[in-house]
Amino acid sequence: MVSKRIIPCLDVRNGRVVKGVNFEGIQDMADPVELARWYNETGADELVFYDITASFEGRALFTDILRAVASEIFIPLTVGGGINTVDDFDRVLKCGADKVSVNSGAIKDPSLIGAAAKRYGDQCVVLSMDVKRVDGQFRVFAKGGREDTGIDALEWARRGEALGAGEIVLNSIDTDGVRGGFDLEMLRAIGEIVKIPLIASGGAGKMEDFLELFRYDRIDAGLAAGIFHTKKVNIWDLKRYLGACGVNMRMEG
Amino acid sequence: MIAIIDYGVGNLYSLSSSLKFLGLDCRVTKRKEDLQSADKIILPGVGAFGDAMRRLVETGLAETVREQAKEKPLLGICLGMQLLFDKSYEYGEHEGLKLIKGVVSPLAADIRGGLKVPHMGWNRLEIVKDDPIFRYFKSGESVYYVHSFYAKDCAESTLGVSEYGVPVTGLVRSGHVYGSQFHPEKSGGAGLRLLRAFAEI
Repeated sequence: MVSKRIIPCLDVRNGRVVKGVNFEGIQDMADPVELARWYNETGADELVFYDITASFEGRALFTDILRAVASEIFIPLTVGGGINTVDDFDRVLKCGADKVSVNSGAIKDPSLIGAAAKRYGDQCVVLSMDVKRVDGQFRVFAKGGREDTGIDALEWARRGEALGAGEIVLNSIDTDGVRGGFDLEMLRAIGEIVKIPLIASGGAGKMEDFLELFRYDRIDAGLAAGIFHTKKVNIWDLKRYLGACGVNMRMEG
Repeated sequence: MIAIIDYGVGNLYSLSSSLKFLGLDCRVTKRKEDLQSADKIILPGVGAFGDAMRRLVETGLAETVREQAKEKPLLGICLGMQLLFDKSYEYGEHEGLKLIKGVVSPLAADIRGGLKVPHMGWNRLEIVKDDPIFRYFKSGESVYYVHSFYAKDCAESTLGVSEYGVPVTGLVRSGHVYGSQFHPEKSGGAGLRLLRAFAEI
């Protein structure tokens, strides 16, 4: 059977891995290639790179980093950030990405999901959703969590799946960076209405949070940044712990 | 030199990088002469069977691959592996390269238990028949799959399987011709070790 995945997420800005809390207060953390190497050695099942650069120069630097990572790390790579057109898919796939994550670009133009799925296959298109509670509703936010789109998250997830997304990454803005555990309430709300793989993001603070997450069988993967970057949690230790608790994990490197 | 066939299907960056990482001489090529002069050939592929086969036939590469497969080791990866079989039932019926006996069928028709298609992610590869390609590989190590169709009626050539509602054909061999349904170039250390063993065959 397919094993559950542990995915470190690298937010890259101007050639460096950075991390914020609740989508704010950005701190410099590490060199992306070195960090990717470390994650590969410690058993990460996949790596996600988000390009959070605003400038043209930063974007070129990001592509160089991606190529450098893909030339020495041979596990699935997902890339997101600034993906607005099918040409953007093409640009990152040529640098060694396997999957491409769309967020604001798909909110602006939902047909991007279908167009990319048709050209590269459903499995290549990851719908990333930044979601926050507003007036008792799960609301989709755009532009790195800064803009309330007014869109209902359940509707957007359903629509993304229908349009051809192969996977959903659900980032809870409410729990992001807080390290108090994943947002299981939000994950269940989405998990009950879509069939495609669901990746949980936002809130991991300790190993037990992942065990609690995977007890909900609709979850395929847990994604985190801060706790891995700071080496608070080592991926090998985490996978060994989860494996011992009965979660199906890939145990070799 | 290992020739990686470029026929406009899929992304070859990771595959060529993985061979270079192993210190192997490789060339991404669409020239028949390169396939003729190569020590080994890799046939990659992502996408639809019918379209890929049409491209191979139209470029004349199908004929070259069939000829060269008699003389030197060939490895088909993912769709490239499926193309090695007699035929595929992916959206219709398409003739394959007929280098290995068997057919390619939709997974959805055979798997039980509400499992998702595509079969995507890390799954354990169990060795069913020992082979030099497993020189550096232990039965039960995980490899990375992304596919919706799979090879069947090929027990004779099957070397390894992964359980996903049915025993999914993971690795096959007939004579010089190998095929892997999973992506060794995306399967971490285990995948690199399989590629290294193939290079040493």
